[in-house]
Amino acid sequence: MSMEPAYLPDPGEWTCGRCGGPLVQSKVEVTYLGSVFAVILPACPACGLTMVPKSLAEGKMAEVEALLEDK
Amino acid sequence: MDQSELRDWEARCIQEEPPACRAACPLHVDVRAFMEAMAAGKTAAARKVLERTMPLPGVLGRICDHPCEAACVRWDMGGALAVGALERFCVENAQAGPKPLVLPAKGKRAAVLGAGLAALTVAWDLARKGYGVAVHFREDAPGGWLCGLPESLLPPEVLAAEVAVLARMGVAFAAGQALSRDFLASARSDCDAVFVEYGAGAAPDRACGLCPASRADVDPVTLAMAEPGPFFGGWPGPDGAFSPMSCAADGRRAASGMDRAMSGASLTAARDKEGACPTRLVVRTTGVPAVPRTVPADPRTGFSPAEAAAEASRCLSCECLECVKVCAYLERYQGYPKTYARRFYNNAAIVKGHHQANRMINSCSLCGLCTEVCPESFSMADLCLTARRDMVERGRMPPSAFEFALTDMAESDSEACALAMPAPGAETCGNLFFPGCQLAGASPDTVGMVYAHLRDTLPGGVGIRLGCCGVPGRWAGREDLFAASMARFRADWERLGRPRVVAACATCLKTLVEAAPDIPAVSLWRVLAGETGLPEGAARAAAEKRTLAVHDPCASRHDPQSQAAVRDLLFRLGVTVLEPPLTGRFTECCGYGGLMWNADPDMAKTVAGRRAGSAPGDYAVSCAMCRDMLWRAGNRAVHLLDLIFPGKGALPGPEVSAPAGLSARRRNRAALRRDILAAVFGRKEEAMEERDGPVVDISPEVLALLEERRILDVDVRAVVARAEVTGERFLDKATGRYLAAARRGNVTFWVLYESRDGAFTVHDSYCHRMDVPGASQGPDARTDQRGEDHP
Repeated sequence: MSMEPAYLPDPGEWTCGRCGGPLVQSKVEVTYLGSVFAVILPACPACGLTMVPKSLAEGKMAEVEALLEDK
Repeated sequence: MDQSELRDWEARCIQEEPPACRAACPLHVDVRAFMEAMAAGKTAAARKVLERTMPLPGVLGRICDHPCEAACVRWDMGGALAVGALERFCVENAQAGPKPLVLPAKGKRAAVLGAGLAALTVAWDLARKGYGVAVHFREDAPGGWLCGLPESLLPPEVLAAEVAVLARMGVAFAAGQALSRDFLASARSDCDAVFVEYGAGAAPDRACGLCPASRADVDPVTLAMAEPGPFFGGWPGPDGAFSPMSCAADGRRAASGMDRAMSGASLTAARDKEGACPTRLVVRTTGVPAVPRTVPADPRTGFSPAEAAAEASRCLSCECLECVKVCAYLERYQGYPKTYARRFYNNAAIVKGHHQANRMINSCSLCGLCTEVCPESFSMADLCLTARRDMVERGRMPPSAFEFALTDMAESDSEACALAMPAPGAETCGNLFFPGCQLAGASPDTVGMVYAHLRDTLPGGVGIRLGCCGVPGRWAGREDLFAASMARFRADWERLGRPRVVAACATCLKTLVEAAPDIPAVSLWRVLAGETGLPEGAARAAAEKRTLAVHDPCASRHDPQSQAAVRDLLFRLGVTVLEPPLTGRFTECCGYGGLMWNADPDMAKTVAGRRAGSAPGDYAVSCAMCRDMLWRAGNRAVHLLDLIFPGKGALPGPEVSAPAGLSARRRNRAALRRDILAAVFGRKEEAMEERDGPVVDISPEVLALLEERRILDVDVRAVVARAEVTGERFLDKATGRYLAAARRGNVTFWVLYESRDGAFTVHDSYCHRMDVPGASQGPDARTDQRGEDHP
């Protein structure tokens, strides 16, 4: 199960809506059904908010979810 | 499912049973494959088919007396295929294949007395199996009665060529032998098995020679008189003539017995499929046009290549596939129930790896049409339900497969939507109107009108129960949820004085009848047609005479009385009813049943599209989900209740008003409960959805996308509410739009929205199930009513 490591935000000038700070590509560990994957996602280092872009949610993430459900 | 259960399932699908021709052939020549190759002009490939099963194919292909023709299913539709003539054409026009493969020598020897077709067949079969074979005969050359056939039928060089093949396979030929009793005795002591052909050692007073005079003298299964032989065969028919197929069949059966005897196996076990045998294959030929036999332009030379292909193309390629023909789902997976049972079994056996059949198991509509058309009543519904329950029990059910539907079911049964009330002003009721959760969601106003009509017309008082019958739980393999829902229903029913249930939904009715046979239940249609009559204002409009195709919900398949009532009501409404090709007992599912719609939305669309496409007109339906599915598939389906209770419906009429979407249905159910309580029982309740977060504006286009993604407006509102309270959201400075997330149950919902003067406009929403730290904050108690989803 391979997951591309880094995902950028979908088009836009994205900032943290809470502190106004810039987003930084940060490593997070996403989990589903007991499997853990390290991915790099846009996040606000100050507030800890992580963004899952639509292109990722409906693309690779949906694909991997389906694979894990049938594993 | 264990191995023996699998075999039981497999045995009930007859698709792999042999066609009648192959079953009638004592050698089980694959006539269907032969005809397919011949029809394509592939004579060499056709010869290969013959060579797979026929001994001495060059000989037998020319003289086969084709018992298969008498069994041909084409018989009454232009005449049986000319199998014999085509075999002859094939072996005359295609090169013989290479020498048959011979297994490594087994170190055992068999003696064959006689050299006719039965004897040569024994030699052929045993040599292939690796036995040393010697053929002993009195004449100068092998062939026996074959040598007496006209040259035009069997040229001597053809026989000689096949004898040469036998020799290359290792068969020894001993000519000029005096086949006496002593010879037989020494052969029996020298060899491991002996075959005696009819006529071997013949004397003037004993034409049969060393062989018993009649087939009746030997065991019909082993062709021996005693174990372990000798084995006999090659008797002539009652008219004294030799049937080539009968002789070859004797040879094959005797060789099988000799092989068993020499390898120490049982002489009798599992031999029921040898020789001509019956078949369970059923081939329905309704609508197959008669095509007469092809007659060769020149009878002396027989078929030309074009004539042979034309004749072969008359073959019906007999197979069953009755279920696959009527089911897009069964067709999709390119097999048939027997192979599907095996796939499901293998799927359950996987410990580590990809469960490839999960989606297939979960997307059958469970509609039961396959069982109706199957000659053996194979039930894919039972097979799939068994597999689903098994997956749930073993914790292998994919969490997303049915989650949306189960959440919807829980919502229907929740405090906000469910209701169980007696007749107004009473403690109990004689009748309990049960509209079902989908009608309540799709047409709450109509439910109110039906309830009023029933109260006005039915004696004994009419109560109402809103909620679910629990069938989504059963469909999802969650018998626990089904049982809990049914228990709630039963408790309500007991409390309301054990009334008769009047069900508007065919699935609710079927579910009740099956799971709670002691609860009296009847369809709304029978009550309207047989007891109350139509209300004032029903659209029995001569002015808008309609012709509609009636679509029976699949759950009504075995409820002909309700189906008749629906037609009766349509008739009284002035509707001219058309019947689609598959109707009544054979009706098709709309794509919603069995939660196909949940587990495989694309499959459901295909199924709905097919049903919509086969309609002889717009449908009249008696199920809210059927209307929803067929309408979305392009048929302007109208619900029978919308004809009976037109209400204040917006023009231009019910056919063109879009069915309520997922979000609207959820809202409608809660509103219906409130409205009934207020209007009928004088109880006012606060609207619960006001606690579901801020009002958001979602355009119809965006809402349609959300519904495709199974995202509800309450999900969106919860996300926006959370973002507005916590400030946790991202901002796109280019557009001023926010992107925020909230975890609800097992799903994280993301919403792209903008906020202007306290109003929120939703531009997009998507979701995922993976848990992402920093993006999967749990539900906020103040904004979330959804709670824990069912796994």
